[in-house]
Amino acid sequence: MQAKKRYLISLLTGAFLVLLFYFGGVPGPATGRSRYDRIRNGYRSDQPWPHFSDRLQSFNPWDQTDTEEYNIHISPKQKRDVNTSVYKGKRCRMDSCFEFSLCKRNGFKVYVYPQQKGEKISESYQNILSTIEGSRFYTSDPSQACLFVLSLDTLDRDQLSPQYVHNLKTKVQNLPLWNNGRNHLIFNLYSGTWPDYTEDLGFDIGQAMLAKASISTENFRPNFDVSIPLFSKEHPRTGGERGYLKYNTIPPFRKYMLVFKGKRYLTGIGSDTRNALYHVHNAEDVVLLTTCKHGKDWQKHKDARCDKDNAEYDKYDYREMLHNSTFCLVPRGRRLGSFRFLEALQAACVPVMLSNGWELPFSEVIDWNTGAVIGDERLLLQIPSTVRSIHQDKILALRLQTQFLWEAYFSSVEKIVLTTVEIIQDRVLQHTARSNLMWNSHPGGLFTLPQYSTYLGDFPFYYAGLGIKAHPRFTAVIHAVTPLVSQSQPILKLLMAVAKSPYCSQIIVLWNCDKPLPAKHRWPVTSVPVIVIEGENKVMSSRFLLYESITNDAVLSLDEDTVLSTTEVDFAFTVWQSFPERIVGYPARSHFWDSNKERWGYTSKWTNDYSMVLTGAAIYHRYYHYLYTHFLPSSLKNMVDQLANCEDILMNFLVSAVTKLPPIKVTQKKQYKETMMGQSSRASRWADPDHFAQRQTCMNKFASWFGAMPLVHSQMRLDPVLFKDQVSILRKKYREIERL
Amino acid sequence: RETSNTAGGGTGHALPVRTPRFSSCFGVVMGTSVKYSSRGPALIPRMKSKHRIYYITLFSVVLLGLIATGMFQFWPHSIESSAEWTVDRRSVHDAPLTLAVACTPALICALNLLLQVYIYPLQRFVDDVGVPISSTGLSREYNDLLSAISDSDFYTDDVTRACLFVPSIDVLNQNSLRIRETAQALATLPRWDKGMNHLLFNMLPGGPPDYNTALDVPRDRALLAGGGFSTWTYRQGYDVSIPVYSPLSDEVDLPERQPGPRRYFILSSQTAIHREYRVELERLKEENGEALLLLDKCSNLSQDMASARKRCYKAINMSLLTVLGARLGQATLSDVLQAGCVPVIMADSYILPFSEVLDWKRASVVIPEEKLPEMYMILKSIPPRQVEEMQRQARWFWEAYFRSMRAIGLTTLQIINDRIYPYAACTYEHWNNPPVVKWSSVNSPLFLPLIPPRSPGFTAVVLTYDRVESLFRVITEIAKVPSLAKLLVVWNNQNKSPPEESLWPKIAVPLKVVRTKENKLSNRFFPFDEIETEAVLAIDDDIIMLTSDELQFGYEVWREFPDRLVGYPGRLHLWDHEMGKWKYESEWTNEVSMVLTGAAFYHKYFNYLYTYKMPGDIKNWVDAHMNCEDIAMNFLVANITGKAPIKVTPRKKFKCPECTAIDGLSLDQTHMVERSECINKFASVFGTMPLKVVEHRADPVLYKDDFPEKLKSFPNIGSL
Repeated sequence: MQAKKRYLISLLTGAFLVLLFYFGGVPGPATGRSRYDRIRNGYRSDQPWPHFSDRLQSFNPWDQTDTEEYNIHISPKQKRDVNTSVYKGKRCRMDSCFEFSLCKRNGFKVYVYPQQKGEKISESYQNILSTIEGSRFYTSDPSQACLFVLSLDTLDRDQLSPQYVHNLKTKVQNLPLWNNGRNHLIFNLYSGTWPDYTEDLGFDIGQAMLAKASISTENFRPNFDVSIPLFSKEHPRTGGERGYLKYNTIPPFRKYMLVFKGKRYLTGIGSDTRNALYHVHNAEDVVLLTTCKHGKDWQKHKDARCDKDNAEYDKYDYREMLHNSTFCLVPRGRRLGSFRFLEALQAACVPVMLSNGWELPFSEVIDWNTGAVIGDERLLLQIPSTVRSIHQDKILALRLQTQFLWEAYFSSVEKIVLTTVEIIQDRVLQHTARSNLMWNSHPGGLFTLPQYSTYLGDFPFYYAGLGIKAHPRFTAVIHAVTPLVSQSQPILKLLMAVAKSPYCSQIIVLWNCDKPLPAKHRWPVTSVPVIVIEGENKVMSSRFLLYESITNDAVLSLDEDTVLSTTEVDFAFTVWQSFPERIVGYPARSHFWDSNKERWGYTSKWTNDYSMVLTGAAIYHRYYHYLYTHFLPSSLKNMVDQLANCEDILMNFLVSAVTKLPPIKVTQKKQYKETMMGQSSRASRWADPDHFAQRQTCMNKFASWFGAMPLVHSQMRLDPVLFKDQVSILRKKYREIERL
Repeated sequence: RETSNTAGGGTGHALPVRTPRFSSCFGVVMGTSVKYSSRGPALIPRMKSKHRIYYITLFSVVLLGLIATGMFQFWPHSIESSAEWTVDRRSVHDAPLTLAVACTPALICALNLLLQVYIYPLQRFVDDVGVPISSTGLSREYNDLLSAISDSDFYTDDVTRACLFVPSIDVLNQNSLRIRETAQALATLPRWDKGMNHLLFNMLPGGPPDYNTALDVPRDRALLAGGGFSTWTYRQGYDVSIPVYSPLSDEVDLPERQPGPRRYFILSSQTAIHREYRVELERLKEENGEALLLLDKCSNLSQDMASARKRCYKAINMSLLTVLGARLGQATLSDVLQAGCVPVIMADSYILPFSEVLDWKRASVVIPEEKLPEMYMILKSIPPRQVEEMQRQARWFWEAYFRSMRAIGLTTLQIINDRIYPYAACTYEHWNNPPVVKWSSVNSPLFLPLIPPRSPGFTAVVLTYDRVESLFRVITEIAKVPSLAKLLVVWNNQNKSPPEESLWPKIAVPLKVVRTKENKLSNRFFPFDEIETEAVLAIDDDIIMLTSDELQFGYEVWREFPDRLVGYPGRLHLWDHEMGKWKYESEWTNEVSMVLTGAAFYHKYFNYLYTYKMPGDIKNWVDAHMNCEDIAMNFLVANITGKAPIKVTPRKKFKCPECTAIDGLSLDQTHMVERSECINKFASVFGTMPLKVVEHRADPVLYKDDFPEKLKSFPNIGSL
């Protein structure tokens, strides 16, 4: 037995020794030191890194680069095919799981499967589908489409939910165009269920792209999936509420520093962070409240803190806190994303993200560092000191950015869906993709169409940010509808007046008259070129086409019967240079809410304010021509064409929706149109009583498409500095404006 | 066996080391273990054979188990599965990668707000037979990189304070590495821990024939700053995509050129383009002739390669076609940028260098490889203005981020730093705007188009010294303005107390008197807590001629332009050609570039800016001279917003009739000279003339229109 024991001991010692050897417990005595020692040669004590006197070799010798050939190997085409076959499922990328060729033929078009009878679709999903169907991307022909969207409701994949659609797997597989999900986009808000809430959708999505809420970085396939925000059933389809920020208080601190009010989970996933929140709560400026009171049997699981927490929870009003807090905590819920996120964003309460591994909504294009504070769940206790250390200038910038982001991408289902689609379009049309600046600064990606130009200087929004200016001349576009019969016609006077402006570089006459083009010699000789374009289809909307000959940034849009002097044009153009993103013009109109009829009213009466400037005499950026033609739906444009009316209202709606600002009215010498005109055919259009009623109808139709009334009132007019001042007229630059 | 050697040569000599952990790494485990097991019987000599066998078996099992564990622990996982590595990148084990991962050093970072980077001391690693793990050893570039880091603010020599570790093992070029051995060498680093918080720099990953797009040395949790990542190997938000350094940067001096069209439209200088693509390029060249220039290897100039390259670059062109080679990351990209050409990137799935922060869409054209035939058309469709901007942008990227190993290394660290402290991260403008643009552009802090509601009203701030009578008249007048929310009197006289409360005019809104400690002009722009509205009306105690309509209208205009100064009397700055300096002008002019703050609306934010962010010594200078505070405010606002002020309503004489000559200085010659001096002084402090000149002023919509006065909102405007 003794021997046995001894053997056992020696055995154990041996084993221990071996263990030591393996795990490096005993370092070699002298060597360990020398290994970690600094090199003596060339080492100077004041220099942390040694200097070498002899020249070291380059890491990338010339001969090596020159011999790198891959001619001997597979061709690039084969390589692409290999990628396609290798990178599937979780490793899908645009390069391997997306058929670009489908988008080549007809551009970027989206097809929505027809809805099948007996399939019930949730309201939210219905909103998504109708947004796509109403967008300019929609096609009803699957052979033209490059992106496919299912009509099967995939939003809620929580098996316990009443909205859960069963047998999705077979239903999807049976779709004739499914093609293993290639070029398909699947929307999802909820996946997995209690207790672990996995991100599995419960059916094989094949090579389809996911537009999913609460997606984790782990499952997110970069540049393939799109992370969307979690939105509620009540989220409006179009328009959407504006942000709550009305004014900027200085210093930018609010009553509370950091707030949160939400559920605490007693069981299951997502409890950790919320369980610890009470450590940070101080009931003064950091108010973090949780309640256990949710679900059927919360009493069963309740812990020692529950009663205390619940009592504290009931003391505060969520709305009040939301509006009066500088920062709002957004910890993970059951899933990574929570409703708190959009609520905070809208309330201009800077979200403090506490949801590790959440791929933030639209992270591919939105720079969230400018609109949120991204915290780390593991450093929860540091959060208060972190947010307190943020400088007030930064808080102000963050707060304003939340409002921009909310209004640009999140305020309605339409915006969320269109942003998703636009992101995918940017990937498909790589060389005409939006730059980060377009996505992250006002007016945002949905209003800046890179197909117009990828050069920032071609848009009216980035002049200040790039330190450049608009082109110092304008192109005049005159909309001609009556035949040229006499030399005293207003259009010819107008032509002469405009041509005399030193800022005018060319005049385009858009011939929308049924009569054939007049002979060239009928047009007066001017110092600037006059280009006559025969209007396509002679419809109203054609005046807002972006003709190739419009080369200047500024467009002076004119009706043929407009009466303007050169001075007025000059002055308006100098004003426009200060406000290149707005419409600057002369005749103004206003809108109002008619509470009796419960609809918008239109007025051309003289009022103390205005919200529209008629495009019969207005200067604006040429980009709005593009936007009018390509951004607005054909339903609205057709309406304008059929009525041959309201095009100016629609343009004002569009520009105000983009800028969120009123147009600018400048001084006019005389009264315009209604009062002045008597003889021309165009005037009869204004005299027509139907004309006015039509404009009223238009307004309401437009407002419903925009989802809200974008027009904004202004009470001021811009006059020349010395306008009607009691000083010699010789001192005045724009003296013609004052002469009657 | 492993030796540690000093790289300098002479002094160090190889010491045979026998660290068990290391030997196991190097695959000598089998040999040693055999030795041990064969020695087994000797250790247990007097055993019954039955037991002996039993124990030997037991021992062997234990030992084998241990060996297995050891091997599993230290055997580089890549060896057998190196082919799979590139494929299976985002495996579950890799997934939860965030830098702060349970790393206590990260907490230290958080206190410093600057990443602390530690560099391992230089060592040389050799394998059992004394062959180094790398054929080149420490390369020149890696040495530059490490010394740049060690000179930077990120560096710490205290390993316990560090939160990011940079090994001194050079893995820049994978071709010169022995992969398995390198992995083992890395694993020996004292804080390696599966690479947690370690940063590896690699520029040439993979090698023929596959050209993998990431370093084949298993990186585990180590951050990889890699050149040539593809979308499959790049761990977004974790790895950093870096450029491949081009030695040309150092060798060739290419001064910045004016952007604009150049001799050739497209140049392809990429060598080793696949045959298929080359054919396609040749076809394009045939179709478009002179516009294209295709360069290939300078095969005949074997002796002086570098100079041959240089010559190629003399014919520098406009756009460049690049990255069609075997690798995704190419040094050519750096050359292209240096030459101020626009890179045309045709490398599917390539993650562009520093794409996390750099907006490549403003500096490059990305075209899918498939669209090579359409390339010429696509490039031709880019407006020339944009090409010029891209050229400038490209050159700036090179100068700031590609130029040297130092630039590359520090940019990488800055990106990681920004990830750890996202709320203190550098802005988009900081990363992407070239200095010229930074200088000329403005990013207004009040960038959101927001028309505030009328209801909060405005706070009137009246600066006064001792003109009590006039002050009371002003107060009474302002009190009639409907939107006035509060009146704040800044009592700037330290020798005299303000009148008793009972003597003040009775007004409907709160009136507060603030006594200042010193008679300074800047007191009027102090962001007093008493100002609770965002709109402030600064008004002198002698401005009694403004009507209530005019003030109310001024407020309405301010609401439409909350980021501007909205004032009544306008002034102008002019360039005096004779004197060669700026001149102040108060005559009847057609232009306005300033409004006097004797009566002006502005955002409270500008109070804060004036008090705390006024550049140079302007604030003190104004206080010392008791003049020009309004000019300073105009400069400040115009500089930060890039916008002109708005003058409202017609001009009226601002001089009050009763005031003495000393007060009504505006026409005094010396006063004018002093004001001109202010403009020149401020322009030199700002380094530019920020004021913007406009020719418009704001009037009510129906001003002077032939319309019944009583129906106008602001009838009483413009009366003298």
